[in-house]
Amino acid sequence: MNHTVKDAAFLPFEPLKQTNSVINEPRLVRWLLIAAALGFLSLFLLLPLLSVFVEALRKGAGAYFAAFGDPETLASIKLTFIAAAIAVPLNLVFGLSAAWAITKFEFRGKQLLITCIDLPFSVSPVVAGLIFVLIFGAQGWAQPWFGDHIGKVLFSTPGIVLATIFVTFPFIARELIPLMQEQGTEDEQAALSLGATGWQTFTKVTLPNIKWALLYGVLLCNARAMGEFGAVSVVSGHIRGLTNTMPLHIEILYNEYQFVSAFAVASLLALLAMVTLAVKSFLEWRYADQLAATRRH
Amino acid sequence: MPGLTPTLGFTLFYLGMIVLIPLAGVFFKASGLGFAGLWKVITSERVLAALSLSFGAAAIAAVLNAIFGAIVAWVFVRYEFPGKRLFDAFIDLPFALPTAVAGIALTALYSENGWIGSVLAHAGIKVAYTPLGIIVAMTFIGLPFVVRTVEPVLREVERDLEEAAATLGARRWQTVLRVIAPAVFPSLVTGFALSFARAVGEYGSVIFIAGNFPMVSEIAPLLIIIKLEEFDYKGATAVAATMLVLSFLLLLTINLLQAWVRRRV
Amino acid sequence: MKKLSSIAGLLLALATSSPGAAELLNASFDVARPFYKSYNTAFAAEWKRRSGSEPTLNVSHGGSSKQARAVIDGLEADVVTMNSPLDIDAIAASGLLAKDWQTRLPQASSPSWSTILFIVRKGNPKGIRDWSDLVKPGVKLVIPNPKTSGNGRYSYLAAWQYAKTRPGGNDDAAKAFVSKLFANVPVLDTGGRGATTTFAQRGVGDVLLTFENEIALIREEFAKDGFEVVVPSLTVRADNPVAVVDKVAAKHGSTELARAYLEYHYSPEAQALFAANGVRPADDKVLKANAARFPAVNVFTVEQGFGSWAQAQSVHFSDGGLFDQLFAKK
Repeated sequence: MNHTVKDAAFLPFEPLKQTNSVINEPRLVRWLLIAAALGFLSLFLLLPLLSVFVEALRKGAGAYFAAFGDPETLASIKLTFIAAAIAVPLNLVFGLSAAWAITKFEFRGKQLLITCIDLPFSVSPVVAGLIFVLIFGAQGWAQPWFGDHIGKVLFSTPGIVLATIFVTFPFIARELIPLMQEQGTEDEQAALSLGATGWQTFTKVTLPNIKWALLYGVLLCNARAMGEFGAVSVVSGHIRGLTNTMPLHIEILYNEYQFVSAFAVASLLALLAMVTLAVKSFLEWRYADQLAATRRH
Repeated sequence: MPGLTPTLGFTLFYLGMIVLIPLAGVFFKASGLGFAGLWKVITSERVLAALSLSFGAAAIAAVLNAIFGAIVAWVFVRYEFPGKRLFDAFIDLPFALPTAVAGIALTALYSENGWIGSVLAHAGIKVAYTPLGIIVAMTFIGLPFVVRTVEPVLREVERDLEEAAATLGARRWQTVLRVIAPAVFPSLVTGFALSFARAVGEYGSVIFIAGNFPMVSEIAPLLIIIKLEEFDYKGATAVAATMLVLSFLLLLTINLLQAWVRRRV
Repeated sequence: MKKLSSIAGLLLALATSSPGAAELLNASFDVARPFYKSYNTAFAAEWKRRSGSEPTLNVSHGGSSKQARAVIDGLEADVVTMNSPLDIDAIAASGLLAKDWQTRLPQASSPSWSTILFIVRKGNPKGIRDWSDLVKPGVKLVIPNPKTSGNGRYSYLAAWQYAKTRPGGNDDAAKAFVSKLFANVPVLDTGGRGATTTFAQRGVGDVLLTFENEIALIREEFAKDGFEVVVPSLTVRADNPVAVVDKVAAKHGSTELARAYLEYHYSPEAQALFAANGVRPADDKVLKANAARFPAVNVFTVEQGFGSWAQAQSVHFSDGGLFDQLFAKK
């Protein structure tokens, strides 16, 4: 590993060997903390991930890749992407407007509003699916009108999209609010006093300030949107090749005693999460200077 | 500042359409039981045991995540060590992995013939199929929250301030306690609250590792499923509504507390 | 408001078009997948011979009662093929099909059945021969949760009936017996599949109780583990009933196709397919022809043992029922 100047500029911390005793911990403490962190992450993250890949590759690479040739697997991958492609942008728009309203203005009941935004995290995925059954199910209260005027929601793509939006609802707003709270309104006030319109202020001042948190939020939201199982399972109807997302298809394969295929598809989901994270790391590295600048607010 | 009306308007509209109105359906359905019926469901021995297990295990898991999440965030921000980028890339994995896969993988690791479980078995500790297993699964699925909320805030803590504290004669532990901790605390609380909330409702990963024994290792979401299996929608929504109210009150308390702390700092 | 219309537009665009006449959705239970894979191919060919056009046969799989719930809540399945009459009764109760559905096809509308058997570790180290061996101290058995799975319900009922009908047996003895039995269960998985994983891969327990057709899959998948099958002296007949969901089929105009789809279950070809997939065909002749695969079993039906499924459900598995009482005072 050769550390270039660029690398060093990116690192927002002191390299380990460089010790400044007054603002650093003793070497022993540092090593203990690193050991604790890595031990914890190994036990709870690395080993479970590893075991997924071990299962997926148990019968060799051939069997692993054969899993992706199945048309039903491909259909499930497509559906997962469709659901994420609709849910993430909608929650993005929501996240931006909620964060703007909450952090740029003072009003009563703000904590109540934030708590309501948090709520989908605390709703059991089982219930998250059930609520849409209660509305759009054959006995649901919205179904008679909805079924006649708009079309089928439950047990088809719209229901899956709705459930996905629900479970990923808070991510982007929750990522933006703390940061925008910290940044305050001075930059925007300045832009406005110089004659910028509200929209110009938002796109030219606010957006550049928050773009990193926004990206984090989108990536997390996307990962969760693709990985959601419980809620989607209730509203999907499990029709092979039509309404199964990747997580549902994994369950089906597993129940069919196709372990290798099940874990292969699961490993693909894990890889997708890591690809988005790799993109994130790349962007962080590429725009390290700007990142450091926006963080200094 | 412009834009309050459209942004707050859209926020409330979208929140209402996606979250509040659908959730109101749960209360509406549960109210079909009547007050006495509702009370009978939620105060039954079995439901109470499941609720205290779900909330108790979630609290322990969230505390674990708060402690280790803070350490992980600290180590990621302050120190350099080999493999850091790799671990950083893994943090969000619990969101992407379907919960059932996580449950199966964790059970494989922590059961008595698993990589970790076999080691623990020598020490006489059983994890899989005990309440301990529930805590493991809940810790896994809530892990990213604390790390990802504390990390950005920790990065913003000005090192000049620490240096100043040091020059003024503060010992390192005093600086950490008096300068860094107050700045990081609100985000730590947020992370704790989110990972707690997520763990309370978790089903998919927990049922594989829990053992699912009534009164011992049966979580509240499983009771909801059991009631649905009996086509008892009202009973199911009664348990769901109780969980919702409890979670909401806890989250609101935490958010108010956090706002209060922020104002005082 | 613009958002609302765009959301509605999206939903509209995504809503699947309603299926035509030559399309059919079969809502079925989990372990029936391998069977319906081959059955659908066979039936599609048969239907093409008869009508000249190839039908589109869609299948949805999940836990049996979860599937029943989905159909009640609006999953537009033209036919349901379940592993317990109780689930079709629940659909009938919602008015989607006639309450006398069991009389519409031969064998109480059950073209196949399975049964609960024991699977033990290589060499049967604990010497398990019958139900009475399962309550011995030191024996650990894996049964899926009767509250959430068909396997679990059938296993519980079989144990109850065994204890009740053996010499000197009665309801109290049966209650004591199942209580002792479940005291030996270390894990209550929510589904049959989870229980298999617990037994086969996690190495938990000496015995696994599950459906015969699942046992066939287990022995195939885990051939190197050398699991052995034990046939107890008495076990339960688990019928796999089928029915047309009248209202849905009428709406789709698929009634004729749906009926033919179900009737074909009774053809010699389909009966042989059942046998090939480890499910016992209702036709005794086909069953006898496959005697090597299906050992002789002494079975009772739930109706014989418990009056009716509805009764068994309400006495044993309802909220606060006998099963719940096993765990009440722990």
